[in-house]
Amino acid sequence: MKGTNLGEFEELVLLTIAALGQEAYSVAICDELERYTGRAAKLGVVHAVLNRLEEKSLAKSYLGEASATRGGKRKRFYEVSQAGKAALVRSREIRDNIWQTISGLNLEGLS
Amino acid sequence: MKNARQDETPPQWAVNFLRWYCRPRLAEDLEGDLYEYFQRNVTEKGLRRARWIYAIDVLKFLRPYTIRPVQLLTFLSHFIMLSSYLKSSRRNLVRNKLFSFINIAGLAVGLSVGLLVIAILTDLLAYDQFHEKKDRIYRIVTHHQGHGNPEMKLASTSVKAGRQIRADIPGVEEVTVLRSGFGGDAQIGEKKIPVEGKWADNSFFRVFSFPLVAGDPKTALKEPYSLVLTEQTAHKLFGDDNALGRTIRFDSLDYTVTGIAEDVPHQSHLRFDMLVSFASADATIGKKQPDFYGWDNIWQNYVYLTLPPASTPAAVQPALDRLSAAENKALHNLKLTLSLQPLSRIAFSKGLNNNIGPTVDPLWLWGLGGLALIVILSACFNYTNLSVARSLRRSREVSVRKVIGARRSHIIGQFLTESVIIALASLLIAFGLYIFLRKEFLSLAPDITEMVKLTLSLRTILYFVGLAVAVGLAAGFLPAVFFSGINALTAMKNAPVFKPVRRIGLRKVLIITQYTFSLIFISTTIVGYSQYKKILNFDLGFTTDNIINLKLYGADPAVLKKDLAGLPEVKGISQSMMVTSLGSFFGFTVKYLPGDSALVWENRVDEHYLPLHGHTLLAGTNFTLRPEKGQESEVIVNQQVLKRFNIGGQNPRKAIGQFVTVDGQKLAIVGVMKDFNYGTLEQKIGPVMFRYTRSDPNGFLNLKVATGDIAATLVKLDEVWKKYDKVHPLNARFYHEQIEAAYSRYAILMKVIGFIAILAICIASLGLFGMVVFTIETRMKEVSIRKVLGAGEAGLVYLLCKSFLVLLVLAAAIALPVTYLLFDKLVLPQFVYHQPIGLAELLSGSLLVMFFALLMIGTQTAKAARVNPTNVLKGE
Repeated sequence: MKGTNLGEFEELVLLTIAALGQEAYSVAICDELERYTGRAAKLGVVHAVLNRLEEKSLAKSYLGEASATRGGKRKRFYEVSQAGKAALVRSREIRDNIWQTISGLNLEGLS
Repeated sequence: MKNARQDETPPQWAVNFLRWYCRPRLAEDLEGDLYEYFQRNVTEKGLRRARWIYAIDVLKFLRPYTIRPVQLLTFLSHFIMLSSYLKSSRRNLVRNKLFSFINIAGLAVGLSVGLLVIAILTDLLAYDQFHEKKDRIYRIVTHHQGHGNPEMKLASTSVKAGRQIRADIPGVEEVTVLRSGFGGDAQIGEKKIPVEGKWADNSFFRVFSFPLVAGDPKTALKEPYSLVLTEQTAHKLFGDDNALGRTIRFDSLDYTVTGIAEDVPHQSHLRFDMLVSFASADATIGKKQPDFYGWDNIWQNYVYLTLPPASTPAAVQPALDRLSAAENKALHNLKLTLSLQPLSRIAFSKGLNNNIGPTVDPLWLWGLGGLALIVILSACFNYTNLSVARSLRRSREVSVRKVIGARRSHIIGQFLTESVIIALASLLIAFGLYIFLRKEFLSLAPDITEMVKLTLSLRTILYFVGLAVAVGLAAGFLPAVFFSGINALTAMKNAPVFKPVRRIGLRKVLIITQYTFSLIFISTTIVGYSQYKKILNFDLGFTTDNIINLKLYGADPAVLKKDLAGLPEVKGISQSMMVTSLGSFFGFTVKYLPGDSALVWENRVDEHYLPLHGHTLLAGTNFTLRPEKGQESEVIVNQQVLKRFNIGGQNPRKAIGQFVTVDGQKLAIVGVMKDFNYGTLEQKIGPVMFRYTRSDPNGFLNLKVATGDIAATLVKLDEVWKKYDKVHPLNARFYHEQIEAAYSRYAILMKVIGFIAILAICIASLGLFGMVVFTIETRMKEVSIRKVLGAGEAGLVYLLCKSFLVLLVLAAAIALPVTYLLFDKLVLPQFVYHQPIGLAELLSGSLLVMFFALLMIGTQTAKAARVNPTNVLKGE
C-alpha cells in the first residue's frame, strides 16, 4: 500500500492544493491550512509533505514567474496530479462508506 | 503588508548556508518562502527577531531531503587539478621574487617563534607523565593563614599530616612522605664526595614509578639507615663496582645501599640523586626534636597520595578539612588547611612556596604563546596584504579558470594550496632559525635548562608541520575568499575587481595592527629595561658596593676569617646567616605584650655586619656582647617592629631596653635601625630583626674588598678557601650580582620581549616595504604624468608618502598610551617600590621605528620621483 496511501495531513494538504487552484504555493498552502483547521501550519512540516506528495506522484509542481516581493525568487506552484485526484476520491469513498454503516449516530452531545 | 526596506534583509550567512547545503532544485523557492515569512516577521515582530527566526529556520531545514548530495566529480577534480595549482603557484612565486621573498621570510620568522613555543609546550605537558598512576597521584598543599598575614600556599606540609591521612582517612589508597634537605659528604673509605638527597618512606615506590635496576622496591626504603642511589650517583660514588649492599658513611652514621634506581627522567618535578629511608630521619632527627612531628612543622616535608581509580579529590576534601580543624585547635593565631593538587598540575604550580622541583607559571606560557601568535599573525597579514594588493594581476588567471569551469571551491583550493606550499617552504627556513633560537633560549637562564630540554621528537616535528599547514591556511584564507569571489566577466574587462575602498581599508587596518604591536613591543622593551636598571640600582637602605658574599659550607668561620683578613684586598669582614634583599625569608614568631605575637623576619649577624653594610642606627648601639650560641640576649630591630608591636610609642629611643620574646628567649632591644628592603622590591617592608651569631658555620662571610683587580682578588680567595674545604668549590659572589640574579626573571622577560619586538618590527617592515613598492609600481604612470606637468620631486615624495605616514602616526597613537597603561596599571604595581616611567624611554623606541620606516618609504618614493617620465610613458 505504501506509495498510494494518504496520511491525514497529506490528505489535508492535497485538498488545500486543489482548493487553491492556480495559487497553490507553499506559503499560501500554509495560510489556507491554518484558516481551515485553526491550527498553526509550520512551513517546515508542509514543505516536507509537499516534497513527499511529489515523490509519490500525487502532486506536480512547476516554477512560476519571479516577483519582487520574494526577493526575486520564483514560487513553486503545486497542482494535484491524476493519481492524486484518484487518491482523494478513494479516501473520501472509504469514509463515506463507513459513515453510511453508522446508523443513528447520536451527535446531539456535540454542538 | 509593507514592503521590506533595503536594509531589512535576512542574515547573509544564513542565506549563504542555505544556498550551500540545499539541493539546487529546492533552493530557489525555499529561499523565496523563507524570505516571505521573514518579511511578515519583520512587520509583526521586528527586524531582530525576524532575522533570528530566519536563521533558525534555515538550520531547521537541514534535513535529508533538502541536502545536496556530494558531487564526486567536484571532489575528485580538486585532486586532478592539484598539479595545475602547484604549477601556477610555482610560476607565481618565481615571477614576483620580491613578494615571494617577503612572504617566505616573514612567515619563516613568525614560524620559528611558533616552533619554539610548541617545543616548550610539548616538553612541559610531558612532565610527570611517566608514572603508572599519574592520573591518581595528588600532592598535599598547605594553606598557611597567619594572623594578620596574607594567606600563603605551600607545596610542603607536615609529617604529621601525612601520617594522619594514612591512619585516619578512608578512601586514600597510598600515602608517601618525603622530606627534603638530606645533604652531606658521602664518605666511602678515604673518599669524600658531597651528595644531596631526600628522605622518603617505604610507600614511595608504590606511589611513583621510578624503576629500580637492583634491589627490592617493596623493602628498599623500609629499614633505618638504608638508602637508594640513582645509577648516576652510584657510578659517581663507586665507579663501576656493584654498589648494592655497600656502606656509605655520612657524618658518623653508616648507611647501606639497598637499591639502585634508574636515573630520574628530566621531565619529572621530583628529582633526586639519592633517597634515604624516612626511618633514618625518624631515628636521627625525629627522636631528638619533638617538633619534628608537629602539625605546624610544614616547611620541609612533602606528602603525596594516590586515590582509588573511581575517586575524586572532592571526596577526600571533607575528611582533610576535619583533620585540619581538629589539629588547628592547638595553634595560636594560625590556621593550616590542606588541599589536594593533581600531579599533572604540579609543574604548572602558581603562587606556591617551597616547591620541590622546577615549576613554571602558566601565565608565562600564555604570554609566550600570545607573543608568538602575534608575530605569526603579523606574518600572515603580510601575506594577505600583498596577495590582495596584487589582485589585478592574478584576477585574470582566476577568471580564465572560472570561465573554463572552475567552481568557487576550486579557486579556494588553489589559493590555499599555494599558501600552504609557501608556509611549508618557510618551515624549512624556520627550522634553521629555530635551531638558533633554541640555543639562545636555553642559554637565557639556568632555570630554563632545568625546566625544558627541547629535544626533537617525531611528535614535535609533526606538530611543527601541523603549525606550518595551519599558518598557511590562515594566511591564504582571505586571499582565497577574495579571489574566489571574483566575477569572471568584470575581471576580463580589466575593470577593478573589488570595490577599491573596502580593499584598501582592510590593508590599512592590517598595517596599523602590525605597527601598533611592533611599537608596543619595542616601547615595552625599552621602558622595561630602564625600569629594570632602576630596580637594580634602587636604594635598599644599605650599601652593597664591593661586598662579596662567601658561602661557608660548614667551614669554621673564625679560622677562615683570620686567614682572609690577611689579604690586602679585603678591607673588612662580617658574618651573616643569610643574604638579604634576594627574595629569601627566614622568620620567627616574636612576642612583646602577652597574647600578641607576629612573624618577624630575621638575619643573624656579627658585630661587623651593620657598619660594613652601612645600615643606619636610629637609636641605641650595635651588639655589645659576644655571646656563644644559645646564650644571646640582644636584638636589633627595624622601625616596622616598633610599629607592629607599638613598642615605646614607636619612638626608637624609648624602645631601647624593651624586651621581646623570640624562640623562648627574652631578648633586649639594643638598637633600632632604619627600615630597609629585607625582601625584594616586590614585597612591602615588614618587621625585621637582627640577632647575634659569630660561629654559625652554615652562613656567609661578607667581604668588603678593594676596587681594582677583581679577578685577582677572586683567585686569592680561592687559594685561601682550598686550604679549608677541598670538597666544595668556592662560592663567592658579588652582592650586586646576586641582586641581579634575584631579578633575573625580569631580565629574561625583557630579553624575550625585546627579541620578539625585533622580529615583529622586521616582519612589519617587510610588509610595509612590500606595500610601498607595490603602491609606487601601480602609481608610476600617475607620477610620471604629474612630473611632466611640472610637479617637483619633493611634492611627489610627499604625495606617495602621505598615506603611509598617516598609518604610522595612527599606530603610534594607539601603541604609546597602551604601553603606558600596561606599565602603569599592570607591571609596576607588582613592585611596591618603583620609580615613574620617563617620557624619553616611552617615546624613544617608537621614534626609532618610525625613523626607519620613514627612511624606507622615503628612499623608495624618492627613487620613484627621480625616474625619467619618458621611460615610463613611452610604452603608452
